[in-house]
Amino acid sequence: MKGFKSRAWGDSVFRGATLAFAVAILVLFAAVIITLWLAAQPSIERFGFSFLISSVWNPVKDNFGALVPIGGTLISTLVAIIVAVPVSIGVALFLAELAPAWLRGPFGVAIELLAAIPSIVYGMWGLFVLAPLMADHVQPWLQHYLGFLPLFSGPGMGIGMLTAGLVLALMILPFIAAVTRDVFLMVPQNLKEAAYGLGCTTWEVVRDVMIPYGKKGIAGAVFLGLGRALGETMAITFVIGNAYHLSWSLFAPGTSIASTLANQFTEADSDVYLSSLIELGLVLFVLTFIILGLAQAWLRRSSPMGAQ
Amino acid sequence: MTTVLQESSSVHEQPQQTQVRTDTGLVNKLSVRNLSFYYGDKQVLFANTLDIAANKVTAFIGPSGCGKSTHIRTYNRMFDLYKGHRAEGEILLNGTNLLDPQVPALELRHKVGMIFQKPTPFPMSIFDNIAYGLRLHGRLSRYEIDDAVEKALRDAALWEEVHDILGQPGNQLSGGQQQRLCIARALAVEPEIILMDEPCSALDPIATAKIEELIDGLKQKFTIVMVTHNMQQAARVSDFTAFFYLGKLIEFNKTNTMFTNPAKQQTEDYITGRFG
Repeated sequence: MKGFKSRAWGDSVFRGATLAFAVAILVLFAAVIITLWLAAQPSIERFGFSFLISSVWNPVKDNFGALVPIGGTLISTLVAIIVAVPVSIGVALFLAELAPAWLRGPFGVAIELLAAIPSIVYGMWGLFVLAPLMADHVQPWLQHYLGFLPLFSGPGMGIGMLTAGLVLALMILPFIAAVTRDVFLMVPQNLKEAAYGLGCTTWEVVRDVMIPYGKKGIAGAVFLGLGRALGETMAITFVIGNAYHLSWSLFAPGTSIASTLANQFTEADSDVYLSSLIELGLVLFVLTFIILGLAQAWLRRSSPMGAQ
Repeated sequence: MTTVLQESSSVHEQPQQTQVRTDTGLVNKLSVRNLSFYYGDKQVLFANTLDIAANKVTAFIGPSGCGKSTHIRTYNRMFDLYKGHRAEGEILLNGTNLLDPQVPALELRHKVGMIFQKPTPFPMSIFDNIAYGLRLHGRLSRYEIDDAVEKALRDAALWEEVHDILGQPGNQLSGGQQQRLCIARALAVEPEIILMDEPCSALDPIATAKIEELIDGLKQKFTIVMVTHNMQQAARVSDFTAFFYLGKLIEFNKTNTMFTNPAKQQTEDYITGRFG
């Protein structure tokens, strides 16, 4: 029994330490919000709620509204998710189910390496390689066949919402694909065999058993990508065009919250200007929080089946 | 002289196919001839030959790794899913060799249902778990599907417990109920044979008793082959028992005879618990 007390004491120290770490996260979180809130006061007092719905951004007259950057953030993220999710699921399925064993390792590593490319490199690649490609080939094609939709109207100049969305898609793809692959690998072999045993084809097993079983995990992977896409800065700044107007066309240049901040912080010469940029940061914070919160709530509410 | 010869001959040189023949008044559902199986270069089944009688329960027993699961997994060509797994020999169902690559695996699996050690409900509602297989294999009207689902659930002795919660997810049932749901799912597509790979080993004794009772009733309509680690279960449930050891079929006989008067020393040793 010797040393019993000191060992039990160690337990409570350990408990206290882990608690402190956990609490530190919450404190940090609160501190960030409070700091942003305080620093944004001049702008909040001056523009009030209209900050969120005004599409004016005029540094000369010190008149600022967040609608254009908010819209740009949401649209580029939406484009990225729409493009990246199906592709990621396809990649994940190939890696988990269809690829020959010798290919899985190298191919999986290659996908994960995509995540290691610095975002500024994606931005440069987007500007110098993808944007001309879009302008010369993709956008004329889209306009020819889908030009009747407002989404694909107007001149394609390469840079703009669509290109920004595609670069974002490429950036979040490795995250979604890697997590989704792990989700598929966790589907019990017996469950798959049961489906095959009933006479399912591989596609039917994937569609009716593996994807529904891994639904929650896949949704988690998508949120991970969503969170990244919402806050992505450098790559977007290069290719989005940095224009302060809203357009129905995905070909048109726009701006996002993060790229506005990156572009203009050094130029903010008045208090209201700086404060408006900080409020923009607060908006991004809250926006991300709301979207991820809604996604979580939706996930919890939607049927309790799937991976337990 | 004859007796000496018989005694000295080894098992797979003299395949044991004499116990289940027409002379006992039984129809053979499945005839397995010289079935060998390989995982890559490693041979794990050695020329197994036996007949599975229609509307009877045949139990496969033997120590872990003896090949009994591998053996039944050849009946629905589950091994097709894995590279390097291959079977040799013949498995005749109604005169067709199931191992013939010409026989489409999808169609074959429709005729040979399978139940696994752990319950494998699909991530969908109780109703859809059963309707799924029906929809897969034919165009049925809603009414036909409703009827077929109810019938399968009744046949699997699960209807009373779930008829008012058919829309709930299948994986929220208890383990025993999930296993009966899987049995109902297999029954719904009216297979000719139902394979069960240790169907009770993850269940408690009460759930096990229910499944055993169910199996006994099912043989009116279906032919059942089950792998079990539990010799009491084999003795209780099965009509015929096959004893496997190291990939060889050591002895195959009526369950009564097998457990009371085994012909081979190895069988006796295993049954009486001296090894394995």
